[in-house]
Amino acid sequence: MTLDLLRFTTAGSVDDGKSTLIGRLLYDSKQVFEDQLAHVAQASTRRGGEGTLDLALLTDGLRAEREQGITIDVAYRYFATARRRFIIADCPGHQQYTRNMVTGASTADLSIVLLDARRGVLEQSKRHAFISALLGIPEMVVAINKMDLVDYSRERYEELLADFSHYAEKLAGVKNIVYIPMSALEGDNVVTRSEAMPWYEGPVLLEHLEGVEVAYDHPGEKPARFPVQWVIRPSGADQGDYRGYSGQLASGALRRGEEVTVLPGGGRTRIAAIDTFEGEVEEASAPMSFTLRLEDELDVSRGELICHPEEAPAVAREMAADVCWMSPDLLRPGSRYLLKHTTRTVTAAVDAIEDLLDIHTLERIDAPVELGLNDIARVRLRTSAPLAFDPYASNRRTGSFILIDQDSNATVAGGMIVAGA
Amino acid sequence: MSVATRPQLSHLRALESEAIHVMREVAAEFERPVLLFSGGKDSIVLLRLAEKAFRPARFPFPLMHVDTGHNFPEVIEYRDRRVAEMGERLIVASVQESIDNGRVTEETGPRASRNRLQTVTLLDAIAEHGFDAAFGGARRDEERARAKERIFSFRDDFGQWDPKAQRPELWNLYNGRIHKGEHVRVFPLSNWTELDVWEYIDSEQLEVPSIYFAHQREVFRRDDMLYAYDPAITQLIEGEEVFTDTVRYRTVGDMSCTGGVLSTAATLEEVVLEIAATRITERGETRADDRVSEAAMEDRKKAGYF
Repeated sequence: MTLDLLRFTTAGSVDDGKSTLIGRLLYDSKQVFEDQLAHVAQASTRRGGEGTLDLALLTDGLRAEREQGITIDVAYRYFATARRRFIIADCPGHQQYTRNMVTGASTADLSIVLLDARRGVLEQSKRHAFISALLGIPEMVVAINKMDLVDYSRERYEELLADFSHYAEKLAGVKNIVYIPMSALEGDNVVTRSEAMPWYEGPVLLEHLEGVEVAYDHPGEKPARFPVQWVIRPSGADQGDYRGYSGQLASGALRRGEEVTVLPGGGRTRIAAIDTFEGEVEEASAPMSFTLRLEDELDVSRGELICHPEEAPAVAREMAADVCWMSPDLLRPGSRYLLKHTTRTVTAAVDAIEDLLDIHTLERIDAPVELGLNDIARVRLRTSAPLAFDPYASNRRTGSFILIDQDSNATVAGGMIVAGA
Repeated sequence: MSVATRPQLSHLRALESEAIHVMREVAAEFERPVLLFSGGKDSIVLLRLAEKAFRPARFPFPLMHVDTGHNFPEVIEYRDRRVAEMGERLIVASVQESIDNGRVTEETGPRASRNRLQTVTLLDAIAEHGFDAAFGGARRDEERARAKERIFSFRDDFGQWDPKAQRPELWNLYNGRIHKGEHVRVFPLSNWTELDVWEYIDSEQLEVPSIYFAHQREVFRRDDMLYAYDPAITQLIEGEEVFTDTVRYRTVGDMSCTGGVLSTAATLEEVVLEIAATRITERGETRADDRVSEAAMEDRKKAGYF
């Protein structure tokens, strides 16, 4: 069984063909509307001359992007085939690349890393692969693009496959990598199988995207994590003493009658009912939103986590985490921020910056004095109240957090918990 | 419909769950949210999602409609009936009042529209009621500027959207912190497409205003679009003729800038089939307001539009 919705991310700059690839996916799967196409045809003619059709223009967004020929921000695009719906988080490769790639990757189940067949495994492709792995995206497609410019050479494909595999050995967390030789410009192996590369027997891109399994296909495999979002207590005489705890199940499944614990307090009770708008259900699995009623009157509020007592996560106030710094203001040890984790917001102090990751060489630099925009580093955090969390590597929902500047209210970092301390 | 008997989650249920999560986050983190309800298909879906998020309690926010005074009467009738059925509170912010109070000046001539004026009425109402979050039904698939918009879209104290300085939005951790006078537009349907909206309306069997279904109407043709003829609003340009045809509406906006489409789709199922087969975007086909320039929507959004 596969979920019929796949979220994937692409990253790259104008010249490696990312926009053309997305344009090709949309165009060949017949997801481009006539008025959009007319618009692209007009713009292509204006820029490239009569009769050209630049599919990259399908992904044009803001005025400044059209004027400067760059992509400023993550754009979300939607298309569907008979088998699946797709959401693309389309990330720019140049400006603010870490911030944008991390944002796009945070919600994706699959990542498409682009290689230019002529230029080989460049920094930017490595960076994107690294961020995809860091953000815990289990599925990766390495799109070896522009094969038309290397005469559809099998040797070149195999050489690049070997180069990238060598690099990918350093990437923990990626479950599966699929290498597809293609030409987005000519349409080879994107939606239709290439006649120019009969030696390639793997799936074409769209076929792979339609069939790949994603995290929610096996909801029962992970422990149940239910962060309480909102307490429903209707007023009015006819409502009796209804008290329900609403939220979206982050992982796993819950059943009526099961014993549960509420963290960080640790109180125990049983699930009296699982309510939905349509009525009660016996069992619910991630990522459903529903309302729990509990057998005993515990004082449960927003920010607490309901789970099975035998599969409880860590509860701690100190932890090590990888953070992606997204603000032009520098991060220095001792700084304090608001930290939002699941539905809980606390104050957090950054006690130490342990090491900074050089994203170009993948080497770790010991004890830097400060972090700047787009830096990725391991830090030690202390929070004003305990958090119930899992390591990010085992649960993306209960292992992630954002940091918010208390004065400007800006989101300054995305964080992934490595372990409690 | 039991979750237990449905191990495979349909994309509509996944989108629904995501949207319910967004609505509850807003209810929990803001002091005075409001839900913008126009009687259009997207805001009809928002109301159902709010029911799923907050029943059996009442909504923790009122509904608000920015009424241009040039709305389709069928939609206003539907709006009032639906609000009464649900027992929720509706605030009507009136563009006519903004005109009468001198806050805005009405455009004149046959192409006059109150579309642009709505922004002032909306921002005034947000300030007057002290709203700090406003739910809207906008979707990213609608338009290229919207493709870049966050689910929590920050607005400064002038109501402006700055597309170059948006907060990064990671995982499902939304940052709802604002200073006094600022607010956030929240779009729970960001990841829905037009087809998703209609499939959802069909699967939930939601009632929609009658103008979404094929009906006979007096119309006139302008700029390749079929506009409703209303003697109180319409000023015909020389050469334009009023005739009767079978049309339906894909979007519901101000009568002066929303075009109908020739259609015989008379049921929800037929509408879903029509949308699945269509080759033109909804805004391209029906909205004159987006045709003004390449970046018409971007400019209006920056000024504080929906």
